[in-house]
Amino acid sequence: MSDTPAQSVAFVRETAIPPSPAPANASGIVKWMRDNLFATWPNALLTIASIYVIYLILAGTMPWIFNGVWNTNSLAECREVLDGTVGACFSVLTERWNQLLFGFKYPVDQYWRPLTAFLLMFAALAPVLFFDLPRKLLIITALFPFVAYWLIWGGTIWTPLFALLGFVAGYLVYARFVTQSFAVGFFGGVFAAVVVWIVTGYITPMLAPEQPLLEAVPSRDLGGYMLNMMLGLTCVSLSLPLGIALALGRQSSMPLIKWICVIFIEFIRGVPLITLLFVANVMLAYFFPPGSGVDLFLRVVIMITMFSSAYIAEVIRGGLAALPKGQYEAADSLGLDYPQAMRLIILPQALKISIPGIVNIAVGLFKDTTLVSVISMFDILGMIRGPILASTDWNGVYWELLGFACVVFFVVCYSISQYSQWLERRLATDHR
Amino acid sequence: MADTAQMKVSDEVAISIQQMNKWYGAFHVLRDIDLTVYQGERIVICGPSGSGKSTLIRCINALEEHQKGSIEVDGTLLSSDLKNIDKIRSEVGMCFQHFNLFPHLTILENCTLAPIWVRKTPKKEAEETAMHFLEKVKIPDQANKYPGQLSGGQQQRVAIARSLCMRPRIMLFDEPTSALDPEMIKEVLDTMIELAEEGMTMLCVTHEMGFARQVANRVIFMDEGQIVEQNEPEAFFNNPQSPRTQLFLSQILGH
Repeated sequence: MSDTPAQSVAFVRETAIPPSPAPANASGIVKWMRDNLFATWPNALLTIASIYVIYLILAGTMPWIFNGVWNTNSLAECREVLDGTVGACFSVLTERWNQLLFGFKYPVDQYWRPLTAFLLMFAALAPVLFFDLPRKLLIITALFPFVAYWLIWGGTIWTPLFALLGFVAGYLVYARFVTQSFAVGFFGGVFAAVVVWIVTGYITPMLAPEQPLLEAVPSRDLGGYMLNMMLGLTCVSLSLPLGIALALGRQSSMPLIKWICVIFIEFIRGVPLITLLFVANVMLAYFFPPGSGVDLFLRVVIMITMFSSAYIAEVIRGGLAALPKGQYEAADSLGLDYPQAMRLIILPQALKISIPGIVNIAVGLFKDTTLVSVISMFDILGMIRGPILASTDWNGVYWELLGFACVVFFVVCYSISQYSQWLERRLATDHR
Repeated sequence: MADTAQMKVSDEVAISIQQMNKWYGAFHVLRDIDLTVYQGERIVICGPSGSGKSTLIRCINALEEHQKGSIEVDGTLLSSDLKNIDKIRSEVGMCFQHFNLFPHLTILENCTLAPIWVRKTPKKEAEETAMHFLEKVKIPDQANKYPGQLSGGQQQRVAIARSLCMRPRIMLFDEPTSALDPEMIKEVLDTMIELAEEGMTMLCVTHEMGFARQVANRVIFMDEGQIVEQNEPEAFFNNPQSPRTQLFLSQILGH
């Protein structure tokens, strides 16, 4: 610095420059279009070409949709009404509406039951999804599976009540012993719950009334989009905790636990879901004691849950790996034990990082529930391919039916995706 | 200020390390460490990078495991027994080079988390304690912000407050100012000096030699996993004995 000529570099600022607004450039729609649509010649050509393609698509589909027929009883009648003009035959949706939603065997006079369960679902999901709501509402969430089970399957009310009792007993034992040791509390709780379930399993048939309040509906009679929603919701909510447990187990310092988790994850990820579903349909019956007749729905839920939990575990492992080691050390140095450190420090951050991946798998899982149609369960796709398209009335109505399936799946999947983006914004506290 | 070094050192042993050895695989990181720290003592540990100074203090609260020898903290022998480890960790506070605040919790929640879950302090009381210590490190007004909104110096002061909320008997500092801009180093050092004047037992790995001169009762120089020299700060800086210490001091004080 010493060799630079002093008179040319010396500078002292005496007045600070006040901040001023940015120059008011030309703004408005014309400027926006010039900047974004017609900035250069190639750009303008692309814009015009794109508009033309969009026009072609709309010109093809719009008359078909708006000229659609909604109130006929068969494809033949549709064709008569259309009389050679282009138009969709949406009457298949109105005429088979109930079958698309509930399948073809669910008793027609009982449709209010799944509908009530569907509405209750929103009340049960709200406190989980929007954690600004009062925490007391979680009691609805806790009770929802039992209420929904009773509503949809009907039968004796004792089954869901005893199932709930098992969980309550398990929780009480857990709460009693967890102060001693987490492991004692956890396994004691599981043991208590299983004991309650086995004992009540013997009493339930004795208590079951001749004529239950709600007519019993076997799992084989469930179907339609209802079945997809039920499988999707159950499997997502079960596979998330299982996935977390697997991810933590894979990180465990205990070799036995670690290897069980690694083998489970790697095996499940190496097998196609359809294979697992065939296993659920045919083979899983051999693993359960003869005559126990584990329900088909339950078998499918077990398989899909195992499948997606392996994927979720790997996504969460990515989140865990992304956390700096310092977070573990800080939690340790404050004297937090392992369950506390995981629950309060590590998992909240790791799960936040994993949200996009978890949502990706949840959306995929929900769409994969249509695969149950290959093991002759009549979900919405099974209904379309089977009873509806096979009927003489509607043979050949592909676009309308499959388009409808697209729309109902899109609505749910897009909502999940929007929710996850909201959640990410809501949880952004790092201000990077 | 010079006589702070003589104050409040008792005969009560806070940490006693005997013949402690540690290996990373085949690499011998710490060799035959013998160190007794008395209650109220302030010790500065310095040395070139890779000399094992951070590893040494991380062994004291079992963030690193030692393989041979013994470490006793406040009369509790450090073993693989998790109960002992948790007990020692709740009595020994630690500040890290990169602060390691919990980014998903507010400053206040960072400070109250451990008292609430480890000490089972009622939430209200824990918050009062937290505000007391946040005032002490001079950032009570940031209590409801998130760590990402604070400067490095402020974050390190929060980290100190977070440790203090557990009312530790011993504080460990692992290069607390190494990740900070020069302007922020002073505010953190001032906080540490204040803490030292109150008689906190401190072990501090740092390259801030001014801090060592002013606050420490003892300066320890480590190289290649061994304690090479230890002395009172005056003697250590003015009259280093070992050639390795002389070289180190000439390098860090030479500019």
